[in-house]
Amino acid sequence: MSTNSHSHGGGHVAHHFRDAEHQFDSGKQGIWLFMVTEILMFGGLFVGYAIFHSLYPKMFAEGASHLDWRMGSLNTLVLIVSSYTMAMSIHHLQKGESNKAFTKLWITVVCGAIFMVIKAFEYSSKFQHGLLPGHLLDVAKTHAEHANLGMYYGFYFCMTGLHGLHVLIGMGLIIWLAIRTKRGEFGPDYFLPVEGVGIFWHIVDLIWIFLFPLLYLVG
Amino acid sequence: MASTTHNPDVNYLNEFKGIGSWFTSLDHKRIGLLYMVSIFFFFLLGGIFALLIRLELFSPGAQFLTPDQYNQVMTYHGAIMVFMVIVPGIPAILGNFFLPLQIGAKDVAFPRLNLASWYVFMTGALIAMSTLFLGKVDTGWTFYTPYSIKTGTAATIMVLAAFVMGMSSILTGLNFIVTTHKLRAPGMTMHRIPLFCWALYSTAILQVLATPVLAITLLLIAVERATGVGIFDPALGGDPVLFQHFFWFYSHPAVYIMILPAMGVVSEVIAAFSRKTIFGYTAIAYSSLGIAAVSFFVWGHHMFVSGQSEIAGVVFSFLTMLVGVPTAIKMFNWLATLYKGNISFESPMLFALGFLFLFAIGGVTGIMLAVLATDVHFHDTYFVVAHFHYVMVGGTLMAVMGGIYYWIPKMFGRMYNESLARLTFIFIFIGFNVTFFPQFVLGAMGMPRRYFDYIPAYESLNKISTMGSWLIGIGFFLSLYVIISAIRSGAKASANPWGAKTLEWQTSSPPPHFNFETEPVVTAGPYEYK
Repeated sequence: MSTNSHSHGGGHVAHHFRDAEHQFDSGKQGIWLFMVTEILMFGGLFVGYAIFHSLYPKMFAEGASHLDWRMGSLNTLVLIVSSYTMAMSIHHLQKGESNKAFTKLWITVVCGAIFMVIKAFEYSSKFQHGLLPGHLLDVAKTHAEHANLGMYYGFYFCMTGLHGLHVLIGMGLIIWLAIRTKRGEFGPDYFLPVEGVGIFWHIVDLIWIFLFPLLYLVG
Repeated sequence: MASTTHNPDVNYLNEFKGIGSWFTSLDHKRIGLLYMVSIFFFFLLGGIFALLIRLELFSPGAQFLTPDQYNQVMTYHGAIMVFMVIVPGIPAILGNFFLPLQIGAKDVAFPRLNLASWYVFMTGALIAMSTLFLGKVDTGWTFYTPYSIKTGTAATIMVLAAFVMGMSSILTGLNFIVTTHKLRAPGMTMHRIPLFCWALYSTAILQVLATPVLAITLLLIAVERATGVGIFDPALGGDPVLFQHFFWFYSHPAVYIMILPAMGVVSEVIAAFSRKTIFGYTAIAYSSLGIAAVSFFVWGHHMFVSGQSEIAGVVFSFLTMLVGVPTAIKMFNWLATLYKGNISFESPMLFALGFLFLFAIGGVTGIMLAVLATDVHFHDTYFVVAHFHYVMVGGTLMAVMGGIYYWIPKMFGRMYNESLARLTFIFIFIGFNVTFFPQFVLGAMGMPRRYFDYIPAYESLNKISTMGSWLIGIGFFLSLYVIISAIRSGAKASANPWGAKTLEWQTSSPPPHFNFETEPVVTAGPYEYK
């Protein structure tokens, strides 16, 4: 069993695993456990959101009214498409079509980039209108009805910011996968990294699916 | 039978040479030793802060610290001991070294991630230490709001350091769960893994499920300090008790992250030195999982006097007492193992028996604190300080010492000096009781915790307590000497000096790079003494 060769079948198996399947199962279990920690970390923010939304529903409604649901919807659509292309890239690798997989991975990256660009437009418009977290909220510009509107924007920027950071990390990882795919390192016998990053990408997508209605549509 | 003949003088310690081979090693045994050196250093640091606290409290009034300095010393003692010593302690040192050996694996599931988690841990630790030069922290290790938001000290850096160290803890836990599930040797069923592995497995579940909540809580503190979002600030419509809920949702399970591995060590040592099959293997194994499960539903007992609703208080009080059940199951099974065993009193066993004694006191006083009516009186007094030191020091640190003495022959292939090691036990055990038992009395008399001063009525007991801390100090310094001299010049150890039955003793001491000459095949349980 060679540990350094990049050839398909038998390659890439670390010394402490019995075979490729053993390594694949272990890796996948590790990735899922890591996803659990991601969900729990966002979970803290969701719990905080739920508590303060129930305490100050009108303040949250005022905050949401300043967000553009069209931008949010567009971003939701972009991420769903990217999840599809991500899943397709694994499908292609399993069938040995690494060129198609390569294209799908790049489409995924581009979708991530579109998401971030739209997000950047939204952020800059919030900055312009002084809609900022906590004491940074510009009261003169916003004419806020609720004194603690800064709290809503605290949640908005924390949740979307942490999510955006995950999108950026995901894009970086997918570019790395695309390069390795081009080098022919993945195939039907070995695609664990693609599978792992794929799971990560779907979870990041899923978190957005919850963020979108909570932040944009509630109220 | 093996294609390459193994040279018995080549082992994981000397197969690769040079300092660089340590910092890039993916070998779980070497990574365990990296953790050992770093955690010993942090323990020394946290211990010095502890001695300073006791010195300041030797007499009423200011001795040599200002009140502000006292708050800082107390914060660093707590933060270092919790985040850098006891939480990582047993899993990262002994767990890393012995989990794969005990289940017959060549390594942990993700060796590279394992090394990475040491680097992440050290990064977090260095960030935490940097605050010593960047404006010191005085919030206590709990970072309670609103003070932690308003204090002018380097609290932001400190919470980010704890965040980074938490990440390391998560990665270690994740690695151990997958290792336990996927890398067991042929025949090593879940019901044949040693109880230390069950304890590590339960701990790992807590690390993975609880730490992310701490992570987001700490990030929120940083955000709060930067922008004043007000989630935890009552002046802005926020709720400081919410912080306490978030914080203890992690930090109460974290208490079990600290104690469960210690219980695992005690199970190993008691079976080995009673030369007897452990009594109630299944009960001990599942009570670890039971403690892990219940630990997620008891966090509210930290808020009995924080303005939590009375119904919540009653429910949390009941749930907290529930923890006593799986804990008592363990205690009685250990006692039953001792019964009619062929007991000998080498130092690991002394520490394990010390654990039983001190942990029983720590546990029973825990029940007293779980009862609402008594807790209202004891809350925030030295009674609580004594209680958790009986569990964390009397429990976990006793097990750390016992575990290290127990496994030194395997880790380094050398024996330690038995009579000196017994002497360390005497110093630590007596010193510990002299230090902390008076604090139960002080607490019951009403002496509040965290203050830098006290009324003269508390003086004599405080003096006794401080003198006890010197005994503990001597005990641990002596232990350091015993450990170092064992590594440098101890007598050569055989593969199995204690006659123990678990798998790590079936390979040579110290083990070869890949742990076993040939993959072990397991046909019986871990403690089949005849």
